[in-house]
Amino acid sequence: MTPVGRDPEVFPPYLYEAYRATIRRSPAQPPMEITPTLSELTGPGPALSAVTPEDADLTRNAGTGGEAIGERIIVAGRVLTADGAAVPRTLIEIWQCNAAGRYRHRVDQHHAPLDPHFLGIGRCLTDAEGAYRFTTIKPGAYPWQNHENAWRPAHIHFSLFGPSWTGRLITQMYFPGDPLHALDPIFNSVPNPDARARLVAAYAHDVTQPGWALGYRFDIVLRGAAATPFEPFEPAAHAGR
Amino acid sequence: MTPRRLTPSQTIGPFFHRMITDGANVLVVEETKGERIRIEGCVYDGDDVPVSDALVEIWQANARGRYHHPMDRRPIPPDPAFIGFGRAGTDEAGAYWFETIKPGPVPFTAARWQAPHINVAVSARGLLDHLFTRIYLQGEPANAEDPVLQRVPAARRHTLIATRAAGAERAVYRFDIVLQGGRETVFFDL
Ligand SMILES: [Fe+3]
Repeated sequence: MTPVGRDPEVFPPYLYEAYRATIRRSPAQPPMEITPTLSELTGPGPALSAVTPEDADLTRNAGTGGEAIGERIIVAGRVLTADGAAVPRTLIEIWQCNAAGRYRHRVDQHHAPLDPHFLGIGRCLTDAEGAYRFTTIKPGAYPWQNHENAWRPAHIHFSLFGPSWTGRLITQMYFPGDPLHALDPIFNSVPNPDARARLVAAYAHDVTQPGWALGYRFDIVLRGAAATPFEPFEPAAHAGR
Repeated sequence: MTPRRLTPSQTIGPFFHRMITDGANVLVVEETKGERIRIEGCVYDGDDVPVSDALVEIWQANARGRYHHPMDRRPIPPDPAFIGFGRAGTDEAGAYWFETIKPGPVPFTAARWQAPHINVAVSARGLLDHLFTRIYLQGEPANAEDPVLQRVPAARRHTLIATRAAGAERAVYRFDIVLQGGRETVFFDL
């Protein structure tokens, strides 16, 4: 059985002063431990399935008929639970800035061009083996206000629901060999270097398509158990209700 | 199967709003069974400044207390017109709202019940992982016996109980989420 709760080696602390926005947004009280109940062991993951195949191609899903500008890439991987079980047919949502480092979002004021053919949002479902695959363009680095001369390394935001409410994960995928990793407080908020390295995709030549796109592999491992039936709720236990 | 090491979380950042589909904060359709309720509130930081870039997600049982999930195998009919998941981005004032139904009671153990509650996950720029909390509803007699509420220190229990607006024609509950400080909401380690 997977232990409950956040592993402090793997998951960043809520207060990480180098990332300034955490100072006024991190809870001061430690989170309360509770025994997971049906409320936490269920979740919306299995019910969320509204995707079309086009949603997984961010180079073409803007609906303009045109193609996004940038270095075309394929990001592929598998979604697993900590016990190694595949998470099949689970929703993955991604969002990212364009090749110039600009998000299509009203809050983004970075002086960089928008690409009319790039929304920067994609979604797909994993297959029966937990595998997923996106086609997109490599995002640019972009400046932010955290500290003097602050730049976010190139990254793609990932959101997953997984099999249960406790398995919810929102994270970011980074690219190998980026000199900005060492300077980025968000990346470095993950305490353990091995855990941090798991946020960096690997260049994968077997994913690369000749003459078309470079390939990266990014596997994702979610908290929480796979769908083991929850004993107290066997139908027999409630036969009298 | 080989055990795998977990993927760490990272902040959702300020640029996620576009991925939220319109209407994801309305969980009900006409056919949905159960008492309609509206949940509304604001997210605040430790200086009581509204958090205008938070994502609030909810997950709840249907009117009879059944979760739309394969692990809930109890012989309680599912409601095909209710999944029980909603999400809302906060606006400039830090405000969010949901149109949903009052969930039924859910078991804690085979012998004990939980009061009706709605599970909440909060994400935002400045949160390196989402925060889990729960919404309980003011005036529910079962709150007094709820095993999770009972574990919360009495002085902080009210942070989990949405207050019902007086005089409203239908049930409107207010649930503010305070990330830090004297009014800090109780969050759970899950
Ligand atoms: Fe970003």
